[in-house]
Amino acid sequence: MTREIIKIEGLHKTYALDGVQVHALRGIDLVLEQGEYLAIMGPSGSGKSTLMNIIGCLDIADAGRYWLNGQDVTQLSGGQLAQIRNRELGFVFQNFNLLPRTTALENVETPLIYAGINKRERRSRSEEMLKLVGLGERLYHLPNQLSGGQQQRVAIARALVTQPSLLLADEPTGNMDSATSAELLTLLDKLNTEQGLTIALITHEADVAARAQRMVILRDGRLEASS
Amino acid sequence: MNWAAVLHLALMALWRNKSRAMLTTLGVIIGVASVIAMVSIGAGAQKRIAEQLESMGANTLVIRPGSVTRGGVRTGMGSVTSLMRTDAEAVRDITGVIAVSPAVRTSVQVRYRGANWGTVVEGVTPEYISVRNWPLTEGEFFTEQHVVSADHVCVLGQTVARELFGLASPIGETIVMKGVACQVRGILSVKGASAWGSDEDDRVVAPLTTVQRKIMGIDYVDSIEVQTAGREATYQVMGEVKKLLRQRHRLLEDQPDDFRVFNRAELAKTSEESAKVFTWLLGSIASVSLLVGGIGIMNIMLVSVTERTREIGIRMALGARRRDILWQFLLEALLLSAAGGVIGIFFGLGGAVLLSRFSEFPVSVTPWSIVLAFSFAALVGIFFGLHPARKASRLQPIEALRYE
Repeated sequence: MTREIIKIEGLHKTYALDGVQVHALRGIDLVLEQGEYLAIMGPSGSGKSTLMNIIGCLDIADAGRYWLNGQDVTQLSGGQLAQIRNRELGFVFQNFNLLPRTTALENVETPLIYAGINKRERRSRSEEMLKLVGLGERLYHLPNQLSGGQQQRVAIARALVTQPSLLLADEPTGNMDSATSAELLTLLDKLNTEQGLTIALITHEADVAARAQRMVILRDGRLEASS
Repeated sequence: MNWAAVLHLALMALWRNKSRAMLTTLGVIIGVASVIAMVSIGAGAQKRIAEQLESMGANTLVIRPGSVTRGGVRTGMGSVTSLMRTDAEAVRDITGVIAVSPAVRTSVQVRYRGANWGTVVEGVTPEYISVRNWPLTEGEFFTEQHVVSADHVCVLGQTVARELFGLASPIGETIVMKGVACQVRGILSVKGASAWGSDEDDRVVAPLTTVQRKIMGIDYVDSIEVQTAGREATYQVMGEVKKLLRQRHRLLEDQPDDFRVFNRAELAKTSEESAKVFTWLLGSIASVSLLVGGIGIMNIMLVSVTERTREIGIRMALGARRRDILWQFLLEALLLSAAGGVIGIFFGLGGAVLLSRFSEFPVSVTPWSIVLAFSFAALVGIFFGLHPARKASRLQPIEALRYE
């Protein structure tokens, strides 16, 4: 039996950029089922980031409906959205977005702090997660002591430590050379196949998108074709 | 979100910027330390004034003869000779009166062998010691019997003893005042300068009757000093004294008093009031520096919020609610000011102790000044931390994340 993690209907988003109205999303319909690995492709300016922000509950759509794991998130308050981000979602960004001057372990512990988990459990879960992404030896390294690939692995560990329903990856390999990039994509594959992790990955690179099971293309605010 | 976790986050954030945190705290340290040091100086001055008044005999009334109008001419104060020793005896019976000391005084040239010294001789009764709160350092005071029989005895003030006898002991020696030879029985302890700047130790004290009859040739007294049971009793006694003396002097309803009664407690009150004002003044000037320290905290916290915009965005993406961000930044400000408060207390106490050791300032550390300075510092932290913290918590997650 499959479960819908994401269900989006008729999503619209307009924002003002330097006084000009930009109609970024013009009616998006999308369904993502549990265990799926979806790639959202599109050229720059196609509305990828806007869609990503709305799926990630960092932004709210102007019109349309969005159910995350069966819950209608368009009706939620700021505090409830924060809770959704904390429990249901894991983010991986292009520029890693690790907390500076903070050890790998503490970075991974951060979402657990906001989840109200006690210190002992935070520590053990975070250590376990860092071991899973192959950084068991670098718990106390600071971000600037780690390579780009290692930093992104810390980010993945941090995204997954709360056991979210969905991993959102926004150009996760954008700042990496091809070897590191391949290694990271292999890790995502493994998490998807072995752990059953649901992944939505945004990219403009076709070879990265090709790793996913399914691909949709976003162009001018509409999902054009899917395969 | 529990408090231990917020505290942990705030402490970690401060720890990551140790030197900045310490410099920010410095403003509060200086503020709190100066409040405590300044208030200690003020309180010290207050205490010294109280002690001085105590030694002068704060709970005393002084009765002097007043002016009188005769045929349209008002004579000056003390020009009448209305006070008698019997008045003093009568005043003693008023409830609330502990001791009464009638006195006469005149300036004399005192001779001892080849040496001589111009000073004041006071004729008093043995209660003088109690009223003036003035113990002897050597020998003993004359007794009631000496007063009754107008004996030729006296007690010297420190200045007179030094001028006439140098380092030798004057006890048992005989000095001559206006041809009257008096045997020295004792020496008064050092009193120092009076509140009006005259040398209190420059005097000879002899039995009232001896000075009245043998030196001055009078039968009245110049003043009566009355020691009362306490500051409160003083006011009540004052009224009683006035009533009694009017009665004794047979004054009619429409006649004015022929005496004046002065209240030393009143003087004490005025001096203490001014010292209190002085303390508040010093304290409020020092508070300005504490306020400046608080503005320093706000300044640094605002810079910190801007600098950490992206961090705030990341935290929000990871599930921090607005109030989590608010509390973290508020707690950071509060920790800075509280740490500054605690360290400032130590510096303030240290400064007060050093000041009292190396200068003439009397210093008195009061617990309330410590409590006040610390709570003020904490309030400053909350007040000046709130604005940056609200600013941080109101950031939009996507904008904060995109911030470069």
